[in-house]
Amino acid sequence: MVTKSLPVAKALNEALRAALEADPKVLLMGEDIGKLGGVFRVTDGLQKDFGESRVMDSPLAESGIVGTAIGLALRGYRPVVEIQFDGFVFPAYDQIVTQLAKMHARSQGKVRLPVVIRIPYGGGIGAVEHHSESPEALFAHVAGLRIVSPSTSSDAYWMLRQAIRSDDPVIFFEPKRRYWDKGEVTLPDSGSAAGDAPPGELHEARVARAGTDLTLAAYGPMVKVCLQAAVAAEEEGKSIEVLDLRSMSPIDFDTIQTSVEKTGRLVVVHEAPVFYGAGAEIAARITERSFHHLEAPVLRVGGYHAPYPPARLEEEYLPGLDRVLDAVDRSLAY
Amino acid sequence: MTTELVQLLTPEGHRVDHPEYAVDPSAEELRGLHRDMVLARRLDAEAVTLQRQGELALWPSLLGQEAAQIGSARALRPRDHAFPSYREHGVALVRDVDPAHLLALFRGASNGSWDPAERNFHLYTLVIGSQALHATGYAMGVAKDGADTAVIAYFGDGASSQGDVAEAFTFGAVYDAPVVFFCQNNQWAISEPTERQMRAPLYRRAPGYGFPGVRVDGNDVLACLAVTRAALDHVRTGSGPMFVEAFTYRMGAHTTSDDPTRYRDEAEVEEWRAKDPILRLRRLLEREGHADEAWFAALDEEAEALARRVREIVRTMPDPDPMTMFDHVYADGHALVDEERARFAAYQASFVDAGRSN
Repeated sequence: MVTKSLPVAKALNEALRAALEADPKVLLMGEDIGKLGGVFRVTDGLQKDFGESRVMDSPLAESGIVGTAIGLALRGYRPVVEIQFDGFVFPAYDQIVTQLAKMHARSQGKVRLPVVIRIPYGGGIGAVEHHSESPEALFAHVAGLRIVSPSTSSDAYWMLRQAIRSDDPVIFFEPKRRYWDKGEVTLPDSGSAAGDAPPGELHEARVARAGTDLTLAAYGPMVKVCLQAAVAAEEEGKSIEVLDLRSMSPIDFDTIQTSVEKTGRLVVVHEAPVFYGAGAEIAARITERSFHHLEAPVLRVGGYHAPYPPARLEEEYLPGLDRVLDAVDRSLAY
Repeated sequence: MTTELVQLLTPEGHRVDHPEYAVDPSAEELRGLHRDMVLARRLDAEAVTLQRQGELALWPSLLGQEAAQIGSARALRPRDHAFPSYREHGVALVRDVDPAHLLALFRGASNGSWDPAERNFHLYTLVIGSQALHATGYAMGVAKDGADTAVIAYFGDGASSQGDVAEAFTFGAVYDAPVVFFCQNNQWAISEPTERQMRAPLYRRAPGYGFPGVRVDGNDVLACLAVTRAALDHVRTGSGPMFVEAFTYRMGAHTTSDDPTRYRDEAEVEEWRAKDPILRLRRLLEREGHADEAWFAALDEEAEALARRVREIVRTMPDPDPMTMFDHVYADGHALVDEERARFAAYQASFVDAGRSN
């Protein structure tokens, strides 16, 4: 085992490399992922090392990518496909929702579709439209899919390894504005099973920072913002606990409940629109589970019910440090 | 059109030669094709009746498409894989899929209970054209494995308008996938005639994607067998897909919920009745002396026995246990499903007559 400081994108690359090495049935497919190495270079060098049969540049057709991945999985392969940007996933939405998510249940368990769909998601990079969206709730609403999103390099590596090992379809949302953030990753030795065990369960939430006055729950790109908010709040004498949810389906409600029953206050933060978002589900469930422990209503901070704005306005649209702190203050004011 | 259409058996039951496609089945094979078509039609008719009696929620009839389905299915080798839409009851029969599975689906007792790996016959697909991509992906996997397996994707003229079918053509072509795209052009997509789906014959689309296309008389079981066999052999060579358009006719309604008298003329149906796929093979069998009255009578009895079995299956089919709706949502379990299952079980158990909420 070796511990390295890697950017999130490189940690994902190492995870894909390790998966390709560990299992000959693992295949990568997507637009520009081969020679170019992906528009974010997440698959950089993999086609060169594993060949065009295992790292496949695909036609420019998202439904085709997911639909043929289903066929490849039926043949016994474990396809890991890339959708180039969040806003481009919708041509594949039908295949994901009506086929990929349901086939295991429809076949009464006889068919397994171990397909991973990697999607760089979220804003904050000044992109043109359809390149900054957070559609995770649209997938979490569908039974049969697992939805996860790492926030650190270590989770990027290990959660992707776990997603590829899962016998269920997994939508793997990658926080694209964190691709270049570095973090420590403990990598197992190449070709060895030793140290090849992930540090935690794929769907377990993580306490990213302990605190006693209020719980901030986030995932993906917003974890970093929440940690910054906790530091800022500490200067004002407020002790904030930050949860990195890591998984949107299933959601680790037990960890949220434990935290909320300690702090009495919960603010959920995500880039996705608040309306029908993960925060709504968490607020409802935690209200059911911990009603008598809550000192304030569960608050949500997120995107608005408006199309993702032009990049010059995205700082106003995205939940930043100030909006998170504003919600913290509102919760503590109850 | 006749010059474009591959035909080996006329509606009157006469053999005709074709420069490219030939098939020379033995008398036993000819009788086998006839038997398959008769059994498929009988199964289909019985299912329609059962729907009328309220035993099935819906049934999409294959009436008129027996030759296209039996001919193509008999061209498959055991290790080949078929990806059906939802009307391929004849293909299912040839692949020896227990009719109970199809009946359960249309009764509302399952969403597809058979194991695709058992008979290499995949689940029915109700969303139009989706399976063309699954078949293509499967064939891409076959190509990677270097296996001597071919894949056939069934879909209809309506599905030819779907993006997924177009994308399947592209993926199949660029990855040289061993897949036969088998389109049963039955002239109607519910109420919409082919003029609403296309402005050029379907089989001519294939060359634009870089693979051959051929139109076959879909009511001629010999031509369907010969052309599909040639197409499967072609894709097995690794030179990419092939497209077969079986030109046929949906003699019945789209499904038991449909009323075709609202949108098509009886005269058109009559015209196609004269091209009946079963009648023309029977004429050949009789003319060439391959089967006698006793053989046909025995076959009728076998068909009636199948119908009786179908009735028995449906009438004794239990409703699924309500708890099964939580089964197999995920292969590896899911906390939310576990929680909801437990709550539902507790709710069910709260009734005096435990186990039934209604």
